[in-house]
Amino acid sequence: MNLSGQENDRLLAALRGLLAAKNLVSTAEIAERIAATDRASPAQGAAMVARAWTDAAFRARLLADGARAAEEFGIMMRGAPPLGVLENVPGLHHLVVCTLCSCYPRAVLGYPPFWYKSVAYRARAVRDPRGVLAEWGTTLPEGTRIRVVDSTADYRWMVLPRRPDGTEGWDEAALAALVREGDMVGVTQPRLP
Amino acid sequence: MSEFAPTVFPAGARVRVRLDWPEQRGPAHIRTPHYVRGREGTVLRPLGRFANPEDLAFAREAAILPLYHVRFEQRALWPEATEGDEVVVEIFGPWLETA
Repeated sequence: MNLSGQENDRLLAALRGLLAAKNLVSTAEIAERIAATDRASPAQGAAMVARAWTDAAFRARLLADGARAAEEFGIMMRGAPPLGVLENVPGLHHLVVCTLCSCYPRAVLGYPPFWYKSVAYRARAVRDPRGVLAEWGTTLPEGTRIRVVDSTADYRWMVLPRRPDGTEGWDEAALAALVREGDMVGVTQPRLP
Repeated sequence: MSEFAPTVFPAGARVRVRLDWPEQRGPAHIRTPHYVRGREGTVLRPLGRFANPEDLAFAREAAILPLYHVRFEQRALWPEATEGDEVVVEIFGPWLETA
């Protein structure tokens, strides 16, 4: 359908009215969901990563059940898919892609970046991950295996990147400021400014 | 795929993805990527049970199916891949058979 902005607004208003009239979804629930969607941003994921780097017990909880760990940050995970967290360790680097569409851990990272949804990224990340990383300027230590995680079904996946060297003693806020969305997809790695 | 094979695969099980193309038989919503059909991999871990998206997409009553994280060697999928690299894909139970 090709609707004008005005027609879209009327269609949306009619749909919301029907949902409320049939007691399917209240206007308050819709407002809450819109607010949560707008709040979601890579800064939330970065805060979780920084906590995992400084608190071993939280790191264990994050790896065991990402959604429950996110709730500790006040992130609304009700109705969101399960969140799996992929830990980069020496010798193993993760790269997340959705070859079928654009599945992304929106609840913790916000809207996916434009390139994540591109046909080029979706096709190449799974077939030529080393070529993709090279174009992002990401170099891995020799002997590092790459594990591409194709997000095809009911989970959403984020990467727990490795803490950069030279950040010993940094507090959580300073560490979180190092972490970008690409680091949590696996195309890049956190580095000192 | 409407039939449900009740096989349960533990972590470490060798599996083969069924070489099947339901989209050639009519309208279908398939979450099993083309590039793993007919290929062998290893179950990394079971991920739980979820409503079958192949039914949900058509508003049919959906079976609750086991979902697995399955690891494939990149080399088994693409000839030019680097030895040791892997792809991990979420695959529903009925798409898997013992390899």
